[in-house]
This record gives sequence, structure tokens and C-alpha cells, in this order.
Amino acid sequence: MIMLMTNTMFYLISIVVSLIVLLGIYLMSKVEKARLGNFISSLISVIAVVITLIYFDIFNSKEALIITCYGIIIGSFIGTFLALKVKMIQMPELVALFNGLGGAASAIIGIVTLYTSPQVFEFTTSVLAIIVGFVTLIGSLVAAGKLAKIIDGKPVVYKFHQSINIFCILILIAGLVLSGFSLIPNQYLTIYVIIISLFSLIFGYLFSIRVGGADMPITISLLNSLSGVAGAIAGMAINNVLLVSIGGIVGASGLVLTQIMCKAMNRSLVAILLSKGIITSQVKIDTNNSNNYSKNEDYSQKIAEAKKVVIVPGYGMALSQAQFLVKQLYDELIKLGKDVKFGIHPVAGRMPGHMNVLLAEAEINYEDLYDLEVINKQFKETDVVIVIGANDVINPAANTAVNTPIYQMPILNVSEARHIIICNYDTKPGYAGVDNPLYQDYEKVSLYLGDAKESLQKIIDEFLNY
Amino acid sequence: MHPLILVLIFIISTILGYFLIKNVPSLLHTPLMSGMNALSGLTIIGALVMTAILVNEKNTVIASIIGALAIILSCINLVGGFVVTDRMLKMFKKKRNEE
Repeated sequence: MIMLMTNTMFYLISIVVSLIVLLGIYLMSKVEKARLGNFISSLISVIAVVITLIYFDIFNSKEALIITCYGIIIGSFIGTFLALKVKMIQMPELVALFNGLGGAASAIIGIVTLYTSPQVFEFTTSVLAIIVGFVTLIGSLVAAGKLAKIIDGKPVVYKFHQSINIFCILILIAGLVLSGFSLIPNQYLTIYVIIISLFSLIFGYLFSIRVGGADMPITISLLNSLSGVAGAIAGMAINNVLLVSIGGIVGASGLVLTQIMCKAMNRSLVAILLSKGIITSQVKIDTNNSNNYSKNEDYSQKIAEAKKVVIVPGYGMALSQAQFLVKQLYDELIKLGKDVKFGIHPVAGRMPGHMNVLLAEAEINYEDLYDLEVINKQFKETDVVIVIGANDVINPAANTAVNTPIYQMPILNVSEARHIIICNYDTKPGYAGVDNPLYQDYEKVSLYLGDAKESLQKIIDEFLNY
Repeated sequence: MHPLILVLIFIISTILGYFLIKNVPSLLHTPLMSGMNALSGLTIIGALVMTAILVNEKNTVIASIIGALAIILSCINLVGGFVVTDRMLKMFKKKRNEE
């Protein structure tokens, strides 16, 4: 009877905790409240851990308590260290790495649960936790490695890639079916676990090594979703309501972001996972004609005379760490009473919302950051657009170049503005491999080629001396 | 708890989460993602329970290796995720230069 009471209480507490987590997420949809939301989520996690320790009577087992304490202290220390140390531009790598670790933990839980002679449901969910957990682990490590340039960012396709993939999937499905009918004798359990783990790892590797650098935002979102799902499945395996519901929420969030990213790039998830759609350029332009462009000085005049300015930052800005110079330019323009807005494409950067974080780091007012739909209505009234290190997301070829990867991808319609200043490294096509016809518009476009930092410095100097 | 109820809870929380998260503006997508990522570290609960079970079954060596590993990994995810999310959110300031 007492046991039943505590069970009921535990379920009730789990539900309350899940609801508070939902509240925390709700708060995260508003900038002013987001920090509070995150705090609530972290507090509730601590409470969840303490409740678990009480409910499973871990406080009374000296050995378990010692292991727990060591684990938590070491884990917290490493986690905090990484979190405080990371640069904002490395955020996607860190998130990917954390995802992977969570996935690994779920897989380990799955493995251990298999050895506690579980029922069919627990057994099958344990196997699923191993699969999803290890796919998340390897997928995230490969993604992080690609982002950190430890491994080549280009899509890698091996001989028989697709066939090996399908083979892995078949083996894993077979493993799941066997577990569903409890057809695994105890003496073969270890071999079974090794086979499942191995093929999950191979599958995770094959699926992520094939994804190219530009598709990283989508991959990271997907892995985020998977790490949540892995947690939820591990929760089912060990019969823990809290873990199931929170894993579900995390899985959903990753899914929403994956969907948004796919829409923003006009790519289907399947095409990305199969590494399709990289076709070379159709619009050829002569790039050695920089003499034809209007004199740069004219453009400092344009900036000085402009009333409405839109700045479009891309990953090139982040790479050269030019956001602090952008802030300087922004301050100078604001000082002169100009209307300055930032137009941010959803896939600018290497993970959803990455660019906003980089600009916030430079202390740019977040209220001046506008997303695609809003800013696109304003380009017609804009006097000067300053593009810094962005190419594919402003490429008008997206509207016309059929059969290219960016065809019909929503872009920032900078060409509608009166004048455009582009500070890009070169005039070569971006990740998508499609030439940008804007570079041919000598009337309207001024080009500053080279490192974004130097170009911006030049613009600021010219403009201040004007 | 009955397996079906667990599956049901999974589905319900997925749907609730889906509609809540759809409302988050793109401005906050990175902190949202790392916050969610942190929450997925709650798999630490599973690691704690697992370790306790292993100790109870006198598998102390396995508990202190594998159990501790699972606790450490999920704890890095949990704590690191929340700290880095807070670090990012702190940077989103309203700052008008209208002097």
C-alpha cells in the first residue's frame, strides 16, 4: 500500500514537472522572458534528479550515492567548462557534441537494461534506445567534426553507400523483430548487443558523412530531435514517465526546427539525407570585370544620403569575426538618425538562429533584427543594402535557375533596394554552386572583395571621411 | 506503468511540444535548440536509476564504470546545455542608441 502511494505520488510529480517544463518552453518564445524560462527548466531538472534519488532510495545506498556524486561533479564541471569556453561561432559544434553525449547516455541505459532480464516491451525499447542513441552519437560527432573542420565538410559518398545503408537498416529491423518475439537466448545476448551497436554506429556514420556543410542546420536540428527521442525511448525501457514526456517534447522541438530549416532552403529532408541536388551552375558570369563597377566613393555618398539602410549578414561575416565592426557601422548610422535594420535569412549561419546570436554577442539591439518575411516587404523602400559575407541567400537566381539546388529557395530580395553594397570574399558561387547575377549589375551594385573585416573597415573609413 | 500509457504520454507531449515550439521566433532558435538539448540530458535520470539497480545487484564494478560514464555524459549535456543557453540569452539586450 505504501509502495502504491509513492508510485502514484511519483507519477503525479512527474506530470507536474513535465508541465513546468512546458511552461519554461513557453517562456522561451519571448526574448524578455527566455532567460527565466531557461532558469525554470534547469531548476526543474535539479528537482527531477533529487526526486529520482529519493524515489529509488539512492540516498540510502552508500556506493550508488558515491558513484552518483562523482558522476555529477565531473559531468557538471566538464559541461560548465565547455559552455563557458565556447565561442559563439562554434555554437553548432557544441550543441552537436552535447546531443551526441546525451544519445550515448541513452544507448548505455538501453544496453544495461537488456541485462536486467526485462519484459518484451522493455527489451524492445532498450534495443531501440541503443539504435537511436548510437546513431545520434556518431551522427553528432561527424557533424561536429565537419563544422569544426576536423573532417572534410564536403559530402562523402562511398562505394555501395546506399546498399550498405539499406543492409544496416535491414539488420537493425531484424534485430528489433527478434527482440519483439523474445527470440534472443540469454547466452547470445552479448553477441546480439554487439551486433546491434555496431550496425547502429555504421549507419549513423554513413548517414552523416554524406551531408554537406550547407545542409548542417538541418542535420543538427534532426540530431537534436533524435537525442530527445532516444531519451524518451530509454525512458520507456526503464519505465520512467518523466523521461518519456520530456524526451517527447525535445523530439518535437527538433522536428519543428528541421521543418523550418527545410522550408527555408526549399529542400526535402530525404534529398539531404541522400545527398541529392548539388548541380553546378547554369548562370555564367564574367568575374574579372571589377573595373566596370561604380567607384566606391559614390557609395559612401549613397550611405551618407540614405535614410533607410538594411544590413544583410551571412556566414562570411561570422567567419571573419566582423560582427563587431558591423556594430560600429550600425552605431555610426544610428547616430546620424538613419533607420537601420538587419535582414536575417533563416539559414544564415550553421544552425537555426545562429546569426541572431552572433549579432546579439556584438550588442546589436535584437529589436533591429528582422527575419525574411518581414524584411522582404521593406527592400523596395530601402536606399542602401549592405551585404556582408552572404551569397546564396541573396541570389536572385533562386527565382529563375531551374534545376539548381537553390531554385525556389526563399531569398532576401536585396535587388529591390535602390543600391546594394556587397562585401564578399570573392565572386565565386557559394555553397550551392550557383553564380550570382547580382555581380553583373554594375549600375546598382558596388563590390568590396576580400576579407569582410577589411572591407567593412574601408567602408566605415570612407563613410566617416565623406 | 503500462507500456501503452507510456507510449500515449510520449505522443501527447510530442504534440504539446510541437505547438508550443512553433511559436518561438527565429530570433531565439539557437538558444531554444541548446535549451532543448540540455533537457535531453535529463536522460541522467535513467543513468541514476540504472546505477542504483547495478549496485543493488552487487555489480559494483560495472556500476562504477558504465553507470558513472552514463551519469557523466548526460550530466555534461544537461549542465553544459543550460549554462550555454543562459550565456546566449544574456546577450539579447534591448539597447537603444537614441541619445
